[in-house]
Amino acid sequence: MKWEVVIGLEVHVQLNTVSKIFSGASTAFGAEPNTQASLVELALPGVLPVLNKAVVDKAIRLGLALDATINQKNVFARKNYFYPDLPKGYQISQMELPIVEHGKLNILVGDEEKTVRVTRAHMEEDAGKSLHEDFHGMTGIDLNRAGTPLLEVVSEPDMRSAEEAVAYAKALHTLVTWLGICDGNMQEGSFRVDANVSVRPFGQAEFGTRREVKNLNSFRFLEQAIKYEAQWQIETIEDGGKVQQATVLFDPDSGETRMMRSKEDAHDYRYFPDPDLLPVRISDEQIARVRGEMPELPAQMKARFVDAFGVTPYDAAVLTGSRALAGYFEAMATASAQGKLAANWLIGDVAARLNREGKDIAELPIDAERLSGLLVRIADGTLSNKLAKQVFDAMWDSGLSADVIIERDGLKQVSDVGAIEKMVEEVLAANPKAVEEFRAGKEKALNALAGQVMKASKGKANPAQVQEILKQKLA
Amino acid sequence: MIHATLKQLSQQLADKQVSAVELATEYLQRIDALNPQLNAFITVDRDKTLLEAAAADARRAAGTAGLLTGAPIAHKDIFCQQGWKTSCGSKMLDNFISPYDAHVIEQCRAAGLVTLGRANMDEFAMGSSNENSYYGAVKNPWDLNAIPGGSSGGSAAAVAARLAPVATATDTGGSIRQPASHCGVTGIKPTYGVVSRFGMVAYASSLDQGGVMAQTAEDCALMLNVIAGFDERDSTSLERAREDYSRDLAQPLAGLRVGLPREYFAEGLAADVGRIIDNAVSELKKLGAEVVEVSLPNTQLSIPAYYVIAPAEASANLSRFDGVRYGHRASEYKDLVDMYEKTRAEGFGSEVKRRIMVGTYVLSHGYYDAYYIKAQKIRRLIADDFKAAFAGCDVILGPVAPTAAFNLGEKSGDPVQMYLSDIYTLSVNLAGLPAMSVPAGFADNGRPVGLQIIGNYFGEAKMLNVAHQFQQVTDWHRKAPAL
Repeated sequence: MKWEVVIGLEVHVQLNTVSKIFSGASTAFGAEPNTQASLVELALPGVLPVLNKAVVDKAIRLGLALDATINQKNVFARKNYFYPDLPKGYQISQMELPIVEHGKLNILVGDEEKTVRVTRAHMEEDAGKSLHEDFHGMTGIDLNRAGTPLLEVVSEPDMRSAEEAVAYAKALHTLVTWLGICDGNMQEGSFRVDANVSVRPFGQAEFGTRREVKNLNSFRFLEQAIKYEAQWQIETIEDGGKVQQATVLFDPDSGETRMMRSKEDAHDYRYFPDPDLLPVRISDEQIARVRGEMPELPAQMKARFVDAFGVTPYDAAVLTGSRALAGYFEAMATASAQGKLAANWLIGDVAARLNREGKDIAELPIDAERLSGLLVRIADGTLSNKLAKQVFDAMWDSGLSADVIIERDGLKQVSDVGAIEKMVEEVLAANPKAVEEFRAGKEKALNALAGQVMKASKGKANPAQVQEILKQKLA
Repeated sequence: MIHATLKQLSQQLADKQVSAVELATEYLQRIDALNPQLNAFITVDRDKTLLEAAAADARRAAGTAGLLTGAPIAHKDIFCQQGWKTSCGSKMLDNFISPYDAHVIEQCRAAGLVTLGRANMDEFAMGSSNENSYYGAVKNPWDLNAIPGGSSGGSAAAVAARLAPVATATDTGGSIRQPASHCGVTGIKPTYGVVSRFGMVAYASSLDQGGVMAQTAEDCALMLNVIAGFDERDSTSLERAREDYSRDLAQPLAGLRVGLPREYFAEGLAADVGRIIDNAVSELKKLGAEVVEVSLPNTQLSIPAYYVIAPAEASANLSRFDGVRYGHRASEYKDLVDMYEKTRAEGFGSEVKRRIMVGTYVLSHGYYDAYYIKAQKIRRLIADDFKAAFAGCDVILGPVAPTAAFNLGEKSGDPVQMYLSDIYTLSVNLAGLPAMSVPAGFADNGRPVGLQIIGNYFGEAKMLNVAHQFQQVTDWHRKAPAL
């Protein structure tokens, strides 16, 4: 039987506010345990939550970017359960009236564009951390993370493969960092993904029973976990078993998912509106202000890059992978008037070198205007691609401009027909065997001869001209 | 001197007839003498009190004193007070010394009021008789066999027995008005949101409201001037301009429209209490008030609605008492769940457990709509009843409780009977309105009975005006128990 995988994601996006969602305590990561827990996070008797308004603005930002409904009245609710790192015995979250509903996010899988519907995004507080390793026979509680603002973004079960799920997660990750509402640091838990996975025979309308894979903190784990989980469900059913609704954990070491709790063990969270907090009211003016403060969105920018700079939709998608990269590209493409070339360079050589050095686009030592000088010299034929790579590396290392390096190292491409003819003649004379082979119909011999000419020119000869002149001489 | 009102004491302090230290010493002596039989205080700390008194005297000497600087006060053990045990009447918090001050405490400190001690109360403010305190029942100073009312029974008993001229208190379903009525003192519960709940240990957040008790309405007004006001640390605190609650005390009552709700004078009201309320209404008529009949048809529903909403909120509010960070923790347990269960089984008394269980039940999946949502709808109907009634009157008058104080132990085995005695007070909390209890006479058994005055939203000054004028022509509030 052919099976279809159905996936919906719940993503916890940590908002990058300076202080916590319901108190003035700092949200900075990595401080000594419990030094960033105020009376509110400690849940002392009598303390009360006060909403950090910056959280609402950031939620509105995401809502607008997802083309969603902003609920101008939305309500905080208490989600009740006991756990030592949940100091109040309930989490303040949103249930019936979340701030954001009915959004959508476009993803690109291969060449195919697809829209994933976003059911809702709601504001909530994070819990603290339980530390089981450091204390023999005891559990340590660190409440520094408690009260850190989160947006939980819930998608519809619109994805049909691990690849689509990863594309959605990446698109959302790009969006929240683009919007400046999340630092995107997955190692530190700023962007955590839960995947609801089910399978059904192709063509069946009803969904299968889902299992929720918790806390996937990298795109790779997300992909592995979904693939493993889907396969496990298919095998279970094909072996005559039934999938039971459950929450499972992914073990990155074994690459397997394992049961955390079954549906029978599921909590009754007894949600009810939090009487300590008034309903959040959002005015038209507030929405308009937030809209006015927003940067151009990746989807809009992508379309503009295709239109204005002639890059492919795929390249445009890569270039709008972060605001820094998109900004760099736009500056470089504009300054050089070479959109396609700029795209190729950024996605190719520049990305490769950044990757090699473990750097981010923001750390690129050559600014966009200077790098566009290199593109100009490629476009006007001064540099071959090969020379350009050499110049690029020199620019990176020295900080000098392309023109200065070309001048200093004498790297100008030779396009003088006479000079190239002379080199070609010398090479033909020195390689009678290759000439023989070419004439006998061995096309490859031409490349060998061209290579010899390039070598003789120390790489400076214009390769197109070399090919052309070789062909003339051998004709 | 111990029969002096807050206003008189502040005048004596201003005139240097007495110092804050002398006053505190005198009250502390009286507490030492009488508290063993009354049990009105959970904590008395002579050194702390005298330190505060000395600081108040220094402010008087330095000329930086306020109106009430140096006057003594008792605080209900529900308000967190830095350096003081804040037990909330519970074993759960028997070892909890608060590291911070509630807003109400901050305001009292700023005014220079001197803390005499921490008043006893029903555990976590749950109760109508003060029999639910871990520290034992409070006795009614008028009759040691009677309950003082609850949950602010310690505050009421302290003021009635002249162990303190004023006391802070809280009211979630009548916890200021009912003990004030049963102990013959004046108590005011302001409009929800007028007094910040920051630092007040939460019972039912949407109903809890801080207030005060004193001998007179005038003293209540002075105290409300201290504790009321916007506090950004409480999201339900109302951002309004500060007001002087004593501004209208002297206004004549001619033309005042007094509403008498039909439902408050129906079956269930004891005859002697009914007579006392009738007499009080007659006094007000003599002062020029017009009486109109009003109707609050959903009064009966206030009991089930309250006993769904309050326990629901309480069940979540009390989850923080889990033995992890502070408060009681069971000494032996085999795992986490065992620790939770033993800690909470040992730390909470039976009424608190009952309400946590009721609250957990009504919020459970499948029951939420039938109980919690329905109760919220009733709550709206009750608020609408008051809105309609206030269209035709300025204040509403009625009894506080169906009977005078009952005997200790009389209802403690029957929670439903106990809940039913809250019939005249619960609606006010559900609607968020302000209300008072003013001494109005004595029942056939000699126990005090209060008149309830219910005001419209932010009608505190109007209520206090009515109460003050009533106290100008009656002397029930001047009567003190023989101790």
